[in-house]
Amino acid sequence: MAMTDAHSTGIWSWLTTVDHKRIAIMYFVAGFAFLLIAGFEGQLIRLQLAAPARSLLDPDLYNQLFTMHGTTMVFFAGMPLVVAFFNFVVPLQIGARDVAFPRLNAFSFWVFLFGGLFLYASVPLRVMPDGGWFAYMPLTNPEYSPGPGIDFYVLSLLISGVGSIAGGLNFLVTILNMRAPGMTFMRMPLFTWMALIVSALILLAFPPFTVGLIFMLFDRRFGTHFFDAAAGADPVLWQHLFWVFGHPEVYILILPAFGIVSDVIPTFSRKILFGYPVVVFSGVLIAFLGFGVWVHHMFSVGLGPVVNAVFGGATMLIAIPTGIKIFNWIATMWGGRLRFRTAMLFAAGLVATFTIGGLSGVMHSSPPADLQQTDTYFVVAHFHYVLIGGTVFGLFCGFYYWFPKATGRMLHEGLGQAHFWLSFLALNMTFFPMHFSGLLGMPRRTYTYAEGLGLEVFNLISTIGAFIFTLSFVPPVWNLWRARRRGEPAGHNPWDASTLEWTMASPPPHYNFAEIPTVDRRDPLWHPYIEPESRGDGDEPGGAVPRRQPHEPPAPVVMPNPSHWPLVLAVGMLLMTIGGLGSLGLTLFGLLVTAVGLFAWAFEPPFGEEAR
Amino acid sequence: MEGPTSTGIPNRKLAMWTFIGSECMLFGTLIATYMIYRGRNLVPPYPHDLLNIPFITVTTFVLLMSSLMMVLALAAVQRNDLRATKLWLALTALFGLIFLGGQYYEFSHFVHEGLPLSRNLFSSTFFVLTGTHGAHVAGGVIWLGTLLVRAIDGKLDARHAETVEIAGLYWHFVDVVWIILFTLIYLLV
Repeated sequence: MAMTDAHSTGIWSWLTTVDHKRIAIMYFVAGFAFLLIAGFEGQLIRLQLAAPARSLLDPDLYNQLFTMHGTTMVFFAGMPLVVAFFNFVVPLQIGARDVAFPRLNAFSFWVFLFGGLFLYASVPLRVMPDGGWFAYMPLTNPEYSPGPGIDFYVLSLLISGVGSIAGGLNFLVTILNMRAPGMTFMRMPLFTWMALIVSALILLAFPPFTVGLIFMLFDRRFGTHFFDAAAGADPVLWQHLFWVFGHPEVYILILPAFGIVSDVIPTFSRKILFGYPVVVFSGVLIAFLGFGVWVHHMFSVGLGPVVNAVFGGATMLIAIPTGIKIFNWIATMWGGRLRFRTAMLFAAGLVATFTIGGLSGVMHSSPPADLQQTDTYFVVAHFHYVLIGGTVFGLFCGFYYWFPKATGRMLHEGLGQAHFWLSFLALNMTFFPMHFSGLLGMPRRTYTYAEGLGLEVFNLISTIGAFIFTLSFVPPVWNLWRARRRGEPAGHNPWDASTLEWTMASPPPHYNFAEIPTVDRRDPLWHPYIEPESRGDGDEPGGAVPRRQPHEPPAPVVMPNPSHWPLVLAVGMLLMTIGGLGSLGLTLFGLLVTAVGLFAWAFEPPFGEEAR
Repeated sequence: MEGPTSTGIPNRKLAMWTFIGSECMLFGTLIATYMIYRGRNLVPPYPHDLLNIPFITVTTFVLLMSSLMMVLALAAVQRNDLRATKLWLALTALFGLIFLGGQYYEFSHFVHEGLPLSRNLFSSTFFVLTGTHGAHVAGGVIWLGTLLVRAIDGKLDARHAETVEIAGLYWHFVDVVWIILFTLIYLLV
């Protein structure tokens, strides 16, 4: 134990690490792998739909693939990639040495990973879930989905949901409690603000989904009747529980991307963010309204005109704070000295493509219009524009922005630009035609379509676009590989950005801040009253944050100890999850391991003396 | 690491409050489901056939008294009165156990009377809602028992008052949830 200090790099040091920067890297690698896998599944779907009446995939496999594609993208690619950025960036931006609960942070990662691996255990067993990522009842009840496929869905989301809630709790406490002196709420960088809001969303949105999953598990395993119409229950309850989570989940995925571009656009425009408080409160408002719009996923259920009208109106309201943000980004760029490095390209690309997706979103916030669009490719076009054009572009933006900080190496600019333009082209080519095929009536989740309906051209263009999308992953992977050997050293602050994470060396030392800074203004590294030349020496007037952290901490820093108990606890929960497929003995054994892990964790000293 | 925090609230205590916020959504969803399905049961037995209000009133009272014991345990540990701490912690855990015993009796009685978990809509919602609450009480009893063992070993004193306080926050929350469940399930039957 004592040997695995934060400096060693062996496999054991990764298994026991509690360092938020290492956990961020693990989240990123795992999330990126799931992104590639789910992208491959999407590619297979597009191949099947390239022409009418193809038989590459049979209907059954097709159902499994779109279910796995959606479930993976949302829970095992999108969320972990978002949390990877929370992990790496938030403690650095608020001036903290780690998160509030480092071992809980490691635990969150392991249960997410085990949840994903458990879901993918259904692939070699050839029993992938096939009920869509929303798993509507009664389609997923034991009568209509007798195999174990849906159980893989339910159990993997239950276990990874525990990790998500633990992560939300951890980051909420971290941001509320671990800010450097002077880092008031209205001085926090926008990414940290959005991480705070999203943490609250996770904490409030996941429990209803967890309860819904438990109901589904009990209906399937123990013969309860939560969704059984014959017993007097209402299967629509599942839709409510799913979407009262599912809609906030959309904001869990998009608000961090908004936070990233809100930090990146000012940096590359050489201007502070236009209307900082308005951008902050727009984010709060989006999150708040996000809990009151879930029925817009259910307009076609037939809950009645009043219900639909109220939820349609609430949905339209969300366009206001979202539009405010878009105008604030544009106003930040307006008159700025723009530098279109790769990160900025992705940020500007997000503003454009997210707006397109947002506009089609406003279209189906109106129930009469939505009734025409429900379950067609028009909706597929909409949410891919917001999830790729919003979330994925935002994550790529953050990747190019913070990669030099995380690794100490610069990425190749030309390869980055190639990545942007390829993915920008591919996104629009794949999903823009779906607006047309959708309005022509092409249904989602149907494995093929007939000839002569006018759908051939649109689908062929979409499939070619999807190929370009796959191709667009070559430059970034090559770029990563190249940066390992030939990336130029990044230095402390390669972009001349304004926030605290750019004050320390790249990559940051394991204690982050040799000296905890005292913050006296927003954008602390862009103090407008001090000449840039005089900012380097640490003795500025007015208590401004020094541009560079000292090389060595002046006093020994106490850092959290590495621990293997989070991993043990997660393994225990994985065993319980596997046991949930039908082995009570394994579940009880998993419970025992979990209990042992929990007690050992509780009685292990969390902090140790760490020499410099 | 554990220096002063930005809000002045210790990290662990803030985490417990946050967790309780999340738990409100969990129980809120379970309670909402119970209330939506109330009166929609199609297969006997029905709630009024089985629910024994006088019996549950007694165990409810015992659970509420455990919250009082918890308050006394915290007060005792804060003034470093270790003998009283042990006594009140033990009574808190014991009252929790009595409540759980009552729930065990109630569940087995219901099953005996022809209401297994899979019987009907009432059994589904009732057992999962009260069972989730019971699991929370059981977790709390184990937590209190651990604190008691620490106290008996002489490893719990006024320096750990915050730990007891956080356990108390959890315990009071679980009690408050039961007051809601008792009202909605039993009194409104």
